[in-house]
Amino acid sequence: MQTVKIVVTGPFSAGKTQFIQTISEIDVVATEKKISRAEERVKDQTTVAMDFGRISVADDLVLYLFGTPGQRRFDFMWEILAEGMLGFVVLLDSVKPETFREARSILDTFRAYAPVPYVVAANKQDMADAWPPEDLRIALRIPPEIKVLPCVATDQESVQHVLLELLYSVLELMDAEAEE
Amino acid sequence: MALKGNLRDFSTTQLLNLINLARKTGTLTIDANGNQSWLCFKEGKLVYATQDERGGHLAKMLQQSGKLTDEQARAIQQRMEIKNDKELGLLLINAGYVSQEDIVRSVRSYILNNVYPLFTWSDGTFRFDANMLPFEDRITIPISLENVIMEGSRRMQEWERLQDELPNLDMALRFVERPDARMRDINMSVEEWRVVSFINPRNTIHQIAQFNNTSEFQIRKIVYALMQAGLVELVLPEGVTRPAPGAPDKAPATMRPPAVKRGVVEKLIGFFQQRQ
Ligand SMILES: Nc1nc2c(ncn2[C@@H]2O[C@H](COP(=O)(O)OP(=O)(O)O)[C@@H](O)[C@H]2O)c(=O)[nH]1
Ligand SMILES: [Mg+2]
Repeated sequence: MQTVKIVVTGPFSAGKTQFIQTISEIDVVATEKKISRAEERVKDQTTVAMDFGRISVADDLVLYLFGTPGQRRFDFMWEILAEGMLGFVVLLDSVKPETFREARSILDTFRAYAPVPYVVAANKQDMADAWPPEDLRIALRIPPEIKVLPCVATDQESVQHVLLELLYSVLELMDAEAEE
Repeated sequence: MALKGNLRDFSTTQLLNLINLARKTGTLTIDANGNQSWLCFKEGKLVYATQDERGGHLAKMLQQSGKLTDEQARAIQQRMEIKNDKELGLLLINAGYVSQEDIVRSVRSYILNNVYPLFTWSDGTFRFDANMLPFEDRITIPISLENVIMEGSRRMQEWERLQDELPNLDMALRFVERPDARMRDINMSVEEWRVVSFINPRNTIHQIAQFNNTSEFQIRKIVYALMQAGLVELVLPEGVTRPAPGAPDKAPATMRPPAVKRGVVEKLIGFFQQRQ
């Protein structure tokens, strides 16, 4: 059995949880943590809800999707999440320009952790005042070789399309390396 | 004169009990498993515990409890002009990074985390030096020993049980392949999440613990809980050790394809294309 991992990142409320929820085959279950001891109460403060989805691709292949935690004080976990990933998706909240700077900084950080392929998904394109992907490319200074894709995280086909485009990018990079 | 002996003859529980009842002030040094631990007491209360000769660094403690980011903690630790934790604490509070409460909690859990593992050590030498109190420049928190002893004993029992259930840390883990395994939106602690994100047949439990600086007790507890919840299972490791993830500043700027076979990517593509 082989497992591969794709990480979904982006600013708070960009739609990371929704994105993973839409495509994952497993239910959302929130487990309660028992807090019985004093020193565990400390731990409880650092508890983070993590997005974690799974897609069974074949009998011998499973794809895991990890969402990065929203709070910046958990940044250190990005490095851990980034380990061994196939690629990552940067979700943008296309209706909230006030989050673009944050998105750009997340993108830079993540790229530094792992120079694997990524795509930018301009989420919430179903909303009336969504910035179009090509404007977002300019606003966030996304280089031309990186795809900026329209996305509606509540729509399964749209999410699949984003993942497919990421996979195409991975394949292209593999082919380019092979030619060298 | 110092009290000296071996844990085989006089256990950690008994030592703490003695210190508590005799309201002792001084430092207990325990040498076991190739590690040294220092426990400081004032009038029978635990005030500090560390496995670091120079004492723990406050920035690191705050980082471990999630109050500072990695980057912030690193930056602070590199600024050598602030040597004193008390000074640093004031500075951080005044700058609005953390509250006094954050500091107390973080130091407290640092101290306790350095004490509880001692309960599971059955062999090792100890000495108690009365009235000797090093780490004077560190922030100390008085913790009453009754609760520490109770919790420590409880952990000792748990430890014995966990060792039976999970004897071999050289095994690797993988996510179970049952379709009803439920893993999304689980609330996990930072430590648990660290473990989960390393689950992979290539990493032994031992390696995961080492890399994350998780104690044996803690990793056994986390893994056992994940196993009990039916989320992971034990497998033989593939025998490939993973390199530590590169720090951002060391990472190459050029894009590299991931370490996955082309066939796997093609399979994924085929899967999604067919669902479109
Ligand atoms: N209209 C619309 N709403 C979305 C979309 N994606 C997410 N949302 C909503 O945006 C909010 C934040 O989404 P969430 O997934 O929690 O964001 P996260 O913080 O990145 O995990 C929620 O109320 C979602 O229902 C989308 O594509 N369209
Ligand atoms: Mg979320």
